[in-house]
Amino acid sequence: MKLTAEEKAVLEGKEGETKAKIMQTVVEFGELFGATELVPVTTSGHLVTSFGIGLLKPVYRIMDEIIEAGLKTPYPFTVDPRPIDYQNVKCGILDKLIFSKIMYSKQKHYEEQLSKIGLKNKNAFTCACYLKEVGNTPKYGDVLSWAESSAVVFANSVLGARCNRNSGMLDIFGALLGKVPKFGLLTDEGRKANWIIEVKTTSLPEAQILGSAIGMKVMEDVPYVVGLDKFLGNELTDDVISYLKDFGAATASNGAVGLYHIENLTPEAKEFGKKLINKDAKVYVIDDAELERVYKSYPIMWKDKNAKPTLCFIGCPHLTFSQLNSWTSKIEEGLKQSGRRKVALRVIMTTPPDVKEKFEKTENFLKLKKFGVKISSICPLMYTNNPIAGSKPIITNSNKLRTYSKSRYYKDEDILKIICGVK
Amino acid sequence: MEKKVFKGRVICKGNYEGECVVSKQGLNTLATFQKSALMNKKKVIGADQNNPDVYGKNLTGVALILPQTIGSTTGGLVIQTICQMGINPAALLFSEEIDSLAASGVILAKNWENSNIIAIDKLGSEILTAIKTGDKISVKEDGTVTLLD
Repeated sequence: MKLTAEEKAVLEGKEGETKAKIMQTVVEFGELFGATELVPVTTSGHLVTSFGIGLLKPVYRIMDEIIEAGLKTPYPFTVDPRPIDYQNVKCGILDKLIFSKIMYSKQKHYEEQLSKIGLKNKNAFTCACYLKEVGNTPKYGDVLSWAESSAVVFANSVLGARCNRNSGMLDIFGALLGKVPKFGLLTDEGRKANWIIEVKTTSLPEAQILGSAIGMKVMEDVPYVVGLDKFLGNELTDDVISYLKDFGAATASNGAVGLYHIENLTPEAKEFGKKLINKDAKVYVIDDAELERVYKSYPIMWKDKNAKPTLCFIGCPHLTFSQLNSWTSKIEEGLKQSGRRKVALRVIMTTPPDVKEKFEKTENFLKLKKFGVKISSICPLMYTNNPIAGSKPIITNSNKLRTYSKSRYYKDEDILKIICGVK
Repeated sequence: MEKKVFKGRVICKGNYEGECVVSKQGLNTLATFQKSALMNKKKVIGADQNNPDVYGKNLTGVALILPQTIGSTTGGLVIQTICQMGINPAALLFSEEIDSLAASGVILAKNWENSNIIAIDKLGSEILTAIKTGDKISVKEDGTVTLLD
């Protein structure tokens, strides 16, 4: 890799041993993928590691080194959601003991470390940092040092920013150096599609199942999706943004997609159209039957497969403001249908702290409260990592949460029926 | 009978002789390793319910043959952590080009944990079918992987 004089000086330790080791790691990483240069990071970072799990000793040790070396990120960064919210996600004594004393024993310490190196503020904890209410929203062409698979795929695909699927630690390193290696999704060539996805369903597909099907098929390749604009239109409205957020998260967790193009909708697809498709691109046709096949392939991991669910998480990734409003209307209607005043089980909807604050000023918040729904900014995945929580029959409409926990996935309409007690 | 030999690109060099586990599908790092790491186990038992090739199998100290890793971007950090804990596979042998998350993991493990995890990529897709879980293989520091009798 060709380095500038300034970068070479960092690598040689002129700015300290820790920064040199960080530079060495970033350079080695880039060279593995044929990067020929480092390019400047143009906006705020986003880190995936938000949880103070005691076992992640390498993180706390390296963070201490960074702080001791006096390094700070040039831009304030955001970070994934917190793992604990006792106020809105009630836990028993044993759960609390496991969360606070065993699993996330380093949470307070880690948050202090994050603050010292450039954390944006107390509301910076969300996986959907790109939402306008949160404000870490990159512009078209921005170069990022982000991790969090759902945020990276959103920034690349919906916003037209440029970011590789960085790992935890590499996200911090790039943000601290203000430089990332140029390869893969940072290049025009790397943003071309190797797959054409032909959507031939009879109605708008469930975002989370469509994303899952594509992720499992294309793994880390770039898909170019045709036929979806028929249902979504050509504008990135709030509802479309919500759909693409959930769709992308499923492509990234069920596969390793870092960028997708939706014909006539996402910015690069609008600008370059089919020129984005490589000549030897493979084709995957998705119809109603294929979506059903994928849906039915999900294993049910509950010990008692017929157990009655006791908890429902909606919002992985975190819900947008429009999704909170939409769920309020749907639950109101569902409860009318079932004749119930409250939801039939514990329901937790998760959303970024800034969106939560905005939503709490609305009538819909009062309605949800009356229905017994809790609003939190917790990370459902981190909550369900608790072995006690993991043994409970939890349901979700998130394909990401299904993948990383024992939670059972249901389509939106089925979740609604269950939580509203509709027979 | 002619021995099956595969040659790949060396990312982290080393020698190994012993059993392997083959994941024919992309290996979800977080889903596979997190449970054992969180429970502070002395061995990793594959926990990804969506990957029958590794689910329930011991992955510590063996050669893990896989196409690439998939899933959460905590992947690299998870690899670094299991290396720091000393419960990592002895070798990660990729049929395809290594993905960015696994690459981060092995580089972080090498530079920050002094780990001696072996990583070789671009071994070719045939390795996923020619070698089966439980087979004995040898890995050489020049990137050669041989199926032993």
